[in-house]
Amino acid sequence: MSRFFHDTVVLAERNLVRLPRMPDLLIGFTIQPVMFVLLFAFVFGGAISTPGFDYVDFLIPGIIVQNTAFGGFVTALGLADDLTKGLIDRFRSLPTSRASVLAGRTAADIVTNTLSIAILVITGLIIGFSFGTGALDIIAGFALMILFGYAFSWIFALIGMSVSSPEAANGIGFTLIFPITFISSAFVPVDSMPAGLQWFAEINPITIVVDAMRALWLGVPAGNNVWGAVVWCLVLIAIFAPLAVHRYRRIAGG
Amino acid sequence: MSETETSGTAISARGLVKSFGDVRALDGVDFEARRGTVLGVLGPNGAGKTTAVRVLTTLLKADSGEASVAGLDVVEDAPELRSQIGLAGQYAAVDENLTGIENLVMVGRLYGMRRSDARGRADELLERFGLSDAGERIVKTYSGGMRRRLDLAAALVAKPPVVFLDEPTTGLDPRSRLDLWETIESLVADGTTVLLTTQYLDEADRLADRIVVIDLGRVIAEGTSEELKERVGGIRVEVHLTDESSAPAAADALAPMSTEEPAVDGDRVSVRVESETGRIMEAARRLDGAGVDADDVAIRRPTLDDVFLTLTGRELSAEESGGEADREEVPA
Ligand SMILES: Nc1ncnc2c1ncn2[C@@H]1O[C@H](COP(=O)(O)OP(=O)(O)OP(=O)(O)O)[C@@H](O)[C@H]1O
Ligand SMILES: [Mg+2]
Repeated sequence: MSRFFHDTVVLAERNLVRLPRMPDLLIGFTIQPVMFVLLFAFVFGGAISTPGFDYVDFLIPGIIVQNTAFGGFVTALGLADDLTKGLIDRFRSLPTSRASVLAGRTAADIVTNTLSIAILVITGLIIGFSFGTGALDIIAGFALMILFGYAFSWIFALIGMSVSSPEAANGIGFTLIFPITFISSAFVPVDSMPAGLQWFAEINPITIVVDAMRALWLGVPAGNNVWGAVVWCLVLIAIFAPLAVHRYRRIAGG
Repeated sequence: MSETETSGTAISARGLVKSFGDVRALDGVDFEARRGTVLGVLGPNGAGKTTAVRVLTTLLKADSGEASVAGLDVVEDAPELRSQIGLAGQYAAVDENLTGIENLVMVGRLYGMRRSDARGRADELLERFGLSDAGERIVKTYSGGMRRRLDLAAALVAKPPVVFLDEPTTGLDPRSRLDLWETIESLVADGTTVLLTTQYLDEADRLADRIVVIDLGRVIAEGTSEELKERVGGIRVEVHLTDESSAPAAADALAPMSTEEPAVDGDRVSVRVESETGRIMEAARRLDGAGVDADDVAIRRPTLDDVFLTLTGRELSAEESGGEADREEVPA
């Protein structure tokens, strides 16, 4: 077990050290989310009516959830890249703990997601977002986002190990994440959607997470959303982490 | 097998079979390498060399058969086995976004070395592979040959007792190739066992204590380089005649030197001999006695190209240029 942690740390470190050397990827976590916030806030902000809230207040928790869902995307790209470049074979030929290659990957995402979330919150504060709750709730909100991002990292880990190229990982990631984040309460109130979409948005777990974030950061009545969101993240991890590890073990066709 | 024989065997493959769909990449492969020796695995594109290496390094499970490395079974003892081997695969597997040093330190730490030890070892290897000046540079800026050398260095980080090198000198310039040969020789002098796949005949000839020739997933010949050459007709004395019309006379003159008929090919006449000593003189004397003029009399030792041609009826070099393995082109 200590071997597992040691190797995970070594590999997480590797993933973080190389990150600043890939500027195009770095833009994905830093400039791109800022751009989205600004576009939504100023282009749609006037048109979308969010009774009871300023649109910026409504938007920030939603857009952070969407952005965090995408965060694990680096894991899919990184793993697909390692596979095509033969690095996965190199790791598999070493006496490393088998799960540590994936765990090191997803652990690195925790750091990049944190960076990304911080940038979004700061951008939000600059354009007028304000927290409506106390310090504990705010911290709980951050913690929920880290957990949520970690859960999605495992989904992306499975995608990364299942596709033939980084480009394919990219395509699948976007096709999957865009609809489930847009057809939720992230950007518009659910009751403003047409009936069919509304039905999907209401059962969409992303809605639960967004509502949990609004509860923790804006003080909207929480209902069961916060616990629902936590359970949902844990269930995702419980499903996708073993699937990804299983896939990793099988990947060489042996 | 006796205890001593077992402990002297560093690599052993018995009856390995591995299919990918319809392709039988390994079709019952057997070979062994004794500790502290170099085993050369020679074969054309698609022969199954890489597949064999992947089975032996635990990356791939064979459909059937058994294999062990350093006395450890590739399936049962895989985790332990991995700490005993170093692998440089056919394509350099290095992280392009790390520096040379960072790559080697990472690999060292994954072998369980302390960071400072791994760092010391990295410097040593970069020096040995002529990469000291490039150690702090991101690998993306390396040339193909530099990546290849870094990859080879990575295989040696933990000083593993058994090293697998899959076509290690492909893509290296002649100078780096010679350097690598020397590195391999010094490894073996220190007791390391090396399995080396190659398509370069001179490489197998120079480095390998034993050679297995594989083709279409089967071992088609095995032995020392000398033994293999012997099998394809041994040593010949070859005469280059001044005048092609004197070939029949030359053949008659040389015939007593061998139990086999001399071979005539235009202005060249050759005859098989049992040993080299004194043969050039003897041939010159006989030709002189028969009044035949020759421009050149020489001993011709077969190359592994000849070995391959004799064993398979196909030219090895013709397939080398093929790039991707493609069995359809191979006549059955
Ligand atoms: N993962 C795979 N899926 C399908 N076929 C494969 C796979 N790996 C190898 N093969 C096939 O198995 C055969 C042996 O391949 P292998 O890579 O072992 O050959 P090789 O001797 O290393 O050739 P080369 O000199 O070109 O590297 C080839 O016909 C190849 O196409
Ligand atoms: Mg190969």
